[in-house]
Amino acid sequence: MSATLEPTTVRPVPEVIAHEVRAPRSRHRWIDWVATTDHKRIGILYIVTTLVFFVLGGVEALLIRLQLGVPNNSLITPEHYNELFTMHGTTMVFLFVVPIMAGFGNYFLPLMIGARDMAFPRLNALSYWLLLFGGIVFYASIFFQPPEAGWFSYTPLSESTYTPSGGQDAWIFLIHITGISSLVGAVNFYATIVNMRAPGMSWSRLPIFVWTLLTYSILLILCLPVVGGAVTMLLTDRHFGTSFFNPSQGGSPLLWQHLFWFFGHPEVYIMILPGFGIISEVLPVFARKPIFGYKAVAASTVVIAFLSILVWAHHMFATPTPTVVLGFFMLSSFLIAVPTGIKIFNWIATLWRGTIVTATPLYFAAAFIVIFVIGGITGIFLAIFPVDWQLTDTYFVVAHFHYVLMGAAVFSIFAGLYYWFPKMSGRMAGERLGKASFWVMFIGFNLTFLVQHSLGLEGMPRRIYEYPVGAGWDTENLISTIGSFVLAVGIAMSLYNFARSIRHGAHAGPDPWKANTLEWFVYSPPPVNNFDVVPRVRSLEPMRDIRRQVARQTGQPAGTGDELTKV
Amino acid sequence: MPRAVSSVRHLAARRGRLLGALSLALLLVLAVPGPALALRITPQSGGSPNADGIASLYEIVLVIATIIFVVVVGTLIYSLARFRRRKGAKAAQIHGNTRLELSWMLGAALILVVLAAITFLQLSDIQDPPNGGPNGLAIASGGKAAGSPGAVLTASTTAPSPPNGKKITINVTGRQFVWRYTYGPGFGSPYSYETMVAPADTVVVLRIQATDVIHSWWIPAMGGKFDAVPGYTNYTWFKAPMPKDPVNGKVYTGQCAELCGRQHANMYARVRVVSPSVFQAWLARQKVKIRDANRNAERLRQQLQAQGQIS
Repeated sequence: MSATLEPTTVRPVPEVIAHEVRAPRSRHRWIDWVATTDHKRIGILYIVTTLVFFVLGGVEALLIRLQLGVPNNSLITPEHYNELFTMHGTTMVFLFVVPIMAGFGNYFLPLMIGARDMAFPRLNALSYWLLLFGGIVFYASIFFQPPEAGWFSYTPLSESTYTPSGGQDAWIFLIHITGISSLVGAVNFYATIVNMRAPGMSWSRLPIFVWTLLTYSILLILCLPVVGGAVTMLLTDRHFGTSFFNPSQGGSPLLWQHLFWFFGHPEVYIMILPGFGIISEVLPVFARKPIFGYKAVAASTVVIAFLSILVWAHHMFATPTPTVVLGFFMLSSFLIAVPTGIKIFNWIATLWRGTIVTATPLYFAAAFIVIFVIGGITGIFLAIFPVDWQLTDTYFVVAHFHYVLMGAAVFSIFAGLYYWFPKMSGRMAGERLGKASFWVMFIGFNLTFLVQHSLGLEGMPRRIYEYPVGAGWDTENLISTIGSFVLAVGIAMSLYNFARSIRHGAHAGPDPWKANTLEWFVYSPPPVNNFDVVPRVRSLEPMRDIRRQVARQTGQPAGTGDELTKV
Repeated sequence: MPRAVSSVRHLAARRGRLLGALSLALLLVLAVPGPALALRITPQSGGSPNADGIASLYEIVLVIATIIFVVVVGTLIYSLARFRRRKGAKAAQIHGNTRLELSWMLGAALILVVLAAITFLQLSDIQDPPNGGPNGLAIASGGKAAGSPGAVLTASTTAPSPPNGKKITINVTGRQFVWRYTYGPGFGSPYSYETMVAPADTVVVLRIQATDVIHSWWIPAMGGKFDAVPGYTNYTWFKAPMPKDPVNGKVYTGQCAELCGRQHANMYARVRVVSPSVFQAWLARQKVKIRDANRNAERLRQQLQAQGQIS
């Protein structure tokens, strides 16, 4: 039971220690990648694949912004416009943000908890390949007719009467296939976290990122079956004559909304919780301080996850719904602000009285907080249902969720990419270019989305492919379009930075940030078996303990090798 | 010695640059487009008391939100600037402070309790229509729910009604890609498309339905959105002030707010508010127009039948 009670001087079971295991190389290197069950390789496959989808979704976003740059634009037909925003939303949610978090999880979860691989390595490979094939099935529809009913595919618009094209079915299969991928991955994460932690890593010594992956997995396991059922009902409605969502046959379009958002709102937290985890790892390392209020940060993650399955109908405030229900979902949405606020305060308190090292990951993490505060505050406006009646389905909502997902989630992803790039590649990513990219992204992001709040208040609804000259929305739309291209340049700078640094970056060594968690104990990139010897964990910051132990054993003064000076 | 001084100066300069860059960026994204463009930061209102109620509720929230934003982001930027690594500084190894953490948890909860209380206090102004004005159209429907449910299912939401029960009802039906308005009961059910004509100073209850896909009724200055869902009936109301020109009236514009297909962008909604007498005259004219159009259609059909072109 309690690993900490074992005597530390006696090794209870004889074990074979393998040093620096390297996989035998096949004749063709691509076979190594296709056949791999190594969590690190799968993690890299995940991250690279999802970044490709990120670029595709980004191009779709730029086309949308081009069309909206001037009034009465005829660059894109209404049909293609609807296809573009459907592809964009679906790609970013199902093929980028959710799976890239799984990519980070694949790579770093076993390393952070001192395991040699995931609990089920082959299932792990399966979940990657399902993701890739789900994405291919979905993107194959661009050669026929892509879906055009939006990423939440409201019925009856998504029924075969109104959207007969196979693109809608491709969307359904994407949800199914990537859904199974995520489910398999979530079970794997869960089993790994529960069973394979290093000796001494009790629940109170689990890194926050691992806590967030645990809740991410539980939320996926709870909510994916619901959307899986809903899209199956849509599929049978479309092809086999059922009428789950068809009002003329006794079905209900609102049933779809309830089922979809029962999944869809937790999905928001599925996307952002691991981002919270990344921020909670990055801030202490670059503030050179422990995370402030570890237990509160971990507990608030679990509380957010619990509350997130009680708020779904706040997406439906404008539907015919009794006031008491509206009031319930307003209050439950309010409640989420409490654990979220705790996180924000604890992050700022982590920086307080630290010695902050201004490396690129910290820039992204700090900007994450600013952006997330804005997105969180506009979320409060939207939770108040009478106010939501004015704001829902307008550009105010578009701005709100881009602050949370494009801003907060993507900035946390970039914080994670810059933070862990040295571990994954063995090289440092360029700092100058990283910071330049950060500023361009930050300015571009705010230029794009800040004015969209005003557009919504001025009456511009979502998902319109054109607007007339007299509507008074010209200037804001132009600013937003220019901003989106600035943002794209910023992102391209970072992607170039990574691509270049893989070959030309300075050698990182195992622990370039003098960080706290176990992934920095091993070489960069780590050997196949991860750990020759799994270290015993004695605190929340095992790497810091190890550095101190090394200093003690080599007779150096305490604190030697524990300072992060140059970046 | 000079070296140390210069390195301190160097650090200070770097900090200054960072602060400069930060504030410049904030200035750029917040300040410059803001006042220069007179960006709207509150919802539209003026067309109906419920829109006014929403706008004033929003303004209260905006004030509270701005204070929270300034305090939180201010603290963040201060700590980023103040606690940047410098020579000899040691990071305080603090693991937490239960009392402090409890206090900001309670603080956050308290703000939310206040927001919820304000919302529920304001709610009746937004949801419940007041009595119509003295110049309004005086049709008493005796407090009964307007209109019969007919063939559609009704949701558990009910038709709003002012305290004295004096209101008129207009049925709003969404379909790809036009709004249809049927006036009544009590007016002989004339109808119009896209532009609704409505009497000023009168409580107008809207029964919102859809015949194909989901649409959403929205005139920003007259209140919030209400989805038109096939199989359901949704309700809202407005009470528009008397326009300066009661004959031509004042036109409030909006458009469908829920994706309803490829021409969603062009599904406009307009409400032309006129004086009650002009409204009644318009209704009479509209009825005549509809009757004439039906007669013409009937005559044409008979002609075509006589020629054997249709059966």
